[in-house]
Amino acid sequence: MAELLQQIVSGLASGAIYASLALALVLIYRSTDVINFAQGEMATFTTYTAWSLMHHGMSYWPAFALTLAIAFAGGVAVERVVIRPVERRPELVIVIVTIGLLLTINATIGWIWGADVKAFDSPFPNNTWDVHGVTISIQDVGTLGVCLFTVLLLWGFFRFTTVGLAMRAVAINPNASRLLAVRVGWMLALGWGLAAVLGAVAGMMAAPTVFLDPSMMLVILIYAFAAAVLGGIDSPVGAVVGGLTLGVLINLLSRYVDFVGTELRLPTALAVLLVVLIIRPQGLFGHRAVRRV
Amino acid sequence: MPLLELDDVEARYGPIKALHGVTLTLDDGEVVALLGANGAGKTTTLRAISGTVRRSGGVSFDGRSLGRRSPESIAKLGIAHVPEGRGLFPELTVWENLRMGAYVRGERKTIRSEAPRVLGYFPWLEARKTQQAGTLSGGEQQMLALARALVSRPRLLMLDEPSLGLAPTIVAEIFRIVRELNTEDGLSVLVVEQNAKIALESSARAYVLEVGRVAVEGASAELERHEGVRKSYLGY
Amino acid sequence: MIALPRPLYTAVKLTALAAAVAILAVLPRFMGEFRVGQFTFVGIYFIALLGLNILTGYSGQISLGHGAFMGIGAYVTAVLTLGRKGLVLFGHHPPSWIPLGDGMRPTLTIPIAFVVTGIVGLLFGMPALRLAGVSLALATFAVAVSLPTVAKRFDDVTGGGGGLSLPLPETPFGLHLSAPHWLYYEAWGCAAILFVVAWLLVRARVGRAWRSIRDGELAATASGVSPALYKTLAFGVSSAFAGVAGSLLAIQVAFVNPDTFPLSLSILLLASVVVGGLGSLSGVIVGALMLEFLPVYAQHPPLVGQSFSKQAPGVVFGVVLILIMFAVPAGVAGLLRRIVRPLTKPVPTVSD
Repeated sequence: MAELLQQIVSGLASGAIYASLALALVLIYRSTDVINFAQGEMATFTTYTAWSLMHHGMSYWPAFALTLAIAFAGGVAVERVVIRPVERRPELVIVIVTIGLLLTINATIGWIWGADVKAFDSPFPNNTWDVHGVTISIQDVGTLGVCLFTVLLLWGFFRFTTVGLAMRAVAINPNASRLLAVRVGWMLALGWGLAAVLGAVAGMMAAPTVFLDPSMMLVILIYAFAAAVLGGIDSPVGAVVGGLTLGVLINLLSRYVDFVGTELRLPTALAVLLVVLIIRPQGLFGHRAVRRV
Repeated sequence: MPLLELDDVEARYGPIKALHGVTLTLDDGEVVALLGANGAGKTTTLRAISGTVRRSGGVSFDGRSLGRRSPESIAKLGIAHVPEGRGLFPELTVWENLRMGAYVRGERKTIRSEAPRVLGYFPWLEARKTQQAGTLSGGEQQMLALARALVSRPRLLMLDEPSLGLAPTIVAEIFRIVRELNTEDGLSVLVVEQNAKIALESSARAYVLEVGRVAVEGASAELERHEGVRKSYLGY
Repeated sequence: MIALPRPLYTAVKLTALAAAVAILAVLPRFMGEFRVGQFTFVGIYFIALLGLNILTGYSGQISLGHGAFMGIGAYVTAVLTLGRKGLVLFGHHPPSWIPLGDGMRPTLTIPIAFVVTGIVGLLFGMPALRLAGVSLALATFAVAVSLPTVAKRFDDVTGGGGGLSLPLPETPFGLHLSAPHWLYYEAWGCAAILFVVAWLLVRARVGRAWRSIRDGELAATASGVSPALYKTLAFGVSSAFAGVAGSLLAIQVAFVNPDTFPLSLSILLLASVVVGGLGSLSGVIVGALMLEFLPVYAQHPPLVGQSFSKQAPGVVFGVVLILIMFAVPAGVAGLLRRIVRPLTKPVPTVSD
């Protein structure tokens, strides 16, 4: 029983990381109608930036904050420079652009920082708590906390601020928003900026465990896609629920089902992704399926 | 000097030309109706004014040429366009829709100062503040769209087919409110309508469009009396 | 502009094709073995890109997992070439229900790879046809990332992370060719055959059905084309082509492991087919040349005298891909067509 709880907690922690990246994907999909294949690489790039900052002497939390600011600026820039020219084009074109972005960023990371694996510091101590006989890693709790806190902040932003309201309006009806004097283009860019911030959080929380290398987030991106699709590609709540659920599910499966083991975790996520896409494309909470008819 | 002036305006959707030279004016404090059959170019005319369609020709508002301004900056000048289909945000609440109406003048302070006035015209909205806009009835949605447009105290209100899909009593109520806004607050209104009768009853002047051009223009009262015009252009 | 009548235009095209074939046939005589190897890779990529072009360019389905299908072909060839004996020698114990002999001639495994990968493609295509556009891209993306892990897991057949080493390539049948030359002609021979196959498919009713699906599924259904059937067929055909490419690659390199076909390969394949021109068979050669030589020249650009990091090709590819999407979504072939088209009399064609 204790072991089960431990697995659930650590599943929630990795699930929180998937949820953050999944939320980024949903955010971008809702605002610009684009599946951003480069979301993982953008997250990796910002995580490397954090590494550089710390490597040059900055302590963790200032580096964390600065990285989020850089991520935000980067996300805005990517939307304005790379996505805006093609936002009215057919879906195939936009997908290929994000794939080109994936390739470019991945290679750029390797170019700037090299392809060797690096260690990344965690702000949380490496020990464990003992709660009624259940061993819980502080790292896990910290990860869960940071991710959920970020998600909560974002929720608050959308719910209570004017800009957040305007962004929600733009996602629902950009043309009507224009008539109400909303500068739609910049709202979209803002969405990409916030998504990049979420990605950066996911990356910095994942890096201590999976270690830093240029393709670090590729696998996590698959998990995030599976989570987003499971929850509903246009549902922020779905992304979070989907992510946490997937994290726990995969952890439990890999621990208790021998066939899955540790090697088939990723294919399991793939299976979830495929099954949902085929049987219930709008996911648990979504309204739109991941396709433009 | 008229508040709004269109001079030989042309507009196209891609390769298809929708307006072939529309000329009209609207004076401050007037209600003007824009009539015509489906596809005559009424909606396109409103779009040409609010900047949401490619156009050429002169459009000036308050003496200023609108030139190549973006829709956002045109909205800032005080033109409130309630598009066909109402342009509401169905997943947002009634109150959030109203807040978006205040966006153009700075949402926070504007909604606080203007809400009481607007709710005065539509008191039933107060109780429905937290209801999702998409769950309102057709008539209620139209009135919400109107209320949202009024929050920002526009100089010119443009309505695109407010009667579409609504029962006659509700249509009558909406136009009553429009007339009231005009007589009490001096709001200028340009209303596009298929329902020519109610539009003519509520306006001072009217233009009838046909195939992207003005076919007939004049005082609404006269057009109403003119049987020939009614039969040929207005369908009754 | 002098307008050329259509028949003359076709004649020019055929002449160009004949010239290309002639050049390819004699090319090895003028180069060293390393270059011959490089051009063998061009042939291999050509085959893979032909398949991907059929899937993406002609029937409009995005696949980010083409590399994975190459991997399947490669593993089929490796396993069949080694045979049960060979696998056991490496310490692997494949399950007995898999029909393995004592090891086959590599060349004979190529058609088997074609069939096996084609069937896998058909099986994948059936559920996949319920996914449109981005969903399919997502699904194939996930497949590409997951395949290496699956290969590592079932190591009794695949040799796991260590992979499988094939015997070094030899010229069979006692022909008087050096091994690299034999491999070159083997690859380009397959390429020629498959090019003809692709050409026939594209020109036939199948091809028209594919194009009509790409341009709008509703219209296609309205004109009596069953999207499900043709989309699945496209998947099967393109996978079969990929299987051959993978098979040839395994023979060429004499080694297969899960990292031989990573996600980046799938992405580069898609990038190359886009750059070469979607929906155009002739553009494929441009893509294949680019895929082989861009990495080389991006790292050591001639005349510049500088050597760039191994990552330079990725950056160049990515940026080129984005720029092409900005400017000419139809790729290089589209660009050429735009230049050439004014030269021909405007004859309405069943569009490419």
